[in-house]
Amino acid sequence: MSRVRVLVGTRKGAFVLESDGKRQEWKIDGPHFAGWEIYHLKGSPVDPNRIYASQTSSWFGQIVQRSDDGGQSWETVGNGFVYDGTPGTHQWYDGTPHPWEFARVWHFEPSLSDPDTVYAGVEDAALFRSTDGGRSWEELSSLREHPSASSWQPGAGGMCLHTIVIDPSDYNRIFTAISAAGAFRSDDAGKTWRPINRGLKSNSIPQQEAEVGHCVHRIAMHPKHPNVLYMQKHWDVMRSVDAGESWQEVSGNLPTDFGFAIDVHAHEPQTIYVVPIKSDSEHFPLDGRLRVYRSRTGGNEWEELANGLPERNCYVNVLRDAMAVDRLDSCGIYFGTTGGQVYVSPDSGESWSAIVRDLPAVLSVEVQTLP
Amino acid sequence: MIRVVLPAHLRTLARVDGEVRLEVAGEVTQRSLLDALEMRYPMLLGTMRDRVTQQRRAYVRFFACEQDLSHERPDAPLPSAVADGGEPFLVVGAMAGG
Repeated sequence: MSRVRVLVGTRKGAFVLESDGKRQEWKIDGPHFAGWEIYHLKGSPVDPNRIYASQTSSWFGQIVQRSDDGGQSWETVGNGFVYDGTPGTHQWYDGTPHPWEFARVWHFEPSLSDPDTVYAGVEDAALFRSTDGGRSWEELSSLREHPSASSWQPGAGGMCLHTIVIDPSDYNRIFTAISAAGAFRSDDAGKTWRPINRGLKSNSIPQQEAEVGHCVHRIAMHPKHPNVLYMQKHWDVMRSVDAGESWQEVSGNLPTDFGFAIDVHAHEPQTIYVVPIKSDSEHFPLDGRLRVYRSRTGGNEWEELANGLPERNCYVNVLRDAMAVDRLDSCGIYFGTTGGQVYVSPDSGESWSAIVRDLPAVLSVEVQTLP
Repeated sequence: MIRVVLPAHLRTLARVDGEVRLEVAGEVTQRSLLDALEMRYPMLLGTMRDRVTQQRRAYVRFFACEQDLSHERPDAPLPSAVADGGEPFLVVGAMAGG
């Protein structure tokens, strides 16, 4: 029987949650790297025992950990995230130029073909790649050197490159998203980049439909439909059917279209999930009721999923990297909250239960479906 | 032999218990001590000082002989009591946050 391994990054360590295909009984292992912020962990799709973890601290900086045994043991690998050349400046919150400074890795995206190759999205926004299992890193610097980069500004969480999506039908095509610059696409394995933000509208920037400057929170793709992208923007849920060339709003009947996380059902490419959050100034669910919303039509028509989720007094947030799906026949949906709960639905969202309730604030959730 | 006391998180990272004892070639300064420490424990690279600028990380402090040496020049000689192993060199995570 297949099983699942859930990799949870939190403010105070990493946790590995494992279950069989029923997803009812869970073994919880952790904390790994206790006391450190673990922004993200992700396993290689080629070798699921190879896992990369971003371990970070305001005191002691960035550490990269690698496991080759599915998270049982870890090895410190390279943290040499050095910008290529003289990195220049971006805009600071007050609009003044601010030098590019490395802060942390927000997201690891392992290659779809080679377990030793992994991409890292970092703050201040840039994309790095390692081809030796994380021991050394090189910047794919043309993204940061895009002519618009001096105008990029940080979002509230910092100016981070938080989303990396590789097209499974063409490994040279890579999508990234930066808060608050927007979405970018490379068609040549990261050598060149261009913004793909046509159709986005943001009322918090002077030119609402500008080429860059949008606070994209997350992009998701179904691997069998790589030209169809779903986006949770600061406000607005968006869809593109042309690999980001243009975007259409699909917020539809959502009670609020602010949020962070978005994901796609493993077997139904038009079934997507979001967790609506009240607003940009109130980062918690509407009316204290935690709800996932599902659309089976690629957006616009949404249904509330509430069975097993808190009905009242719930004021947590669900961050951008804290939702994931497994690939079992009955697709499992997972998300973690800033209140330390990790929820699972083993039936595509029909019913939910907490795997664990009292972890530190959850920063990221990834799921591995194992034989 | 130089004695170095690391904060708990860095001891865990370096997989050491208690004090670290180091041989430091030449004059004992912050720079030569940290160079020797990072050489022996490469997983500590970047955790105490920036990998590019070599500047002390903002929330890391260096104490010895009941003095705060954090703002001393990296190439200034450390107190002789540190150089001869009588007193440890303390790497401390600054009090910040909760």
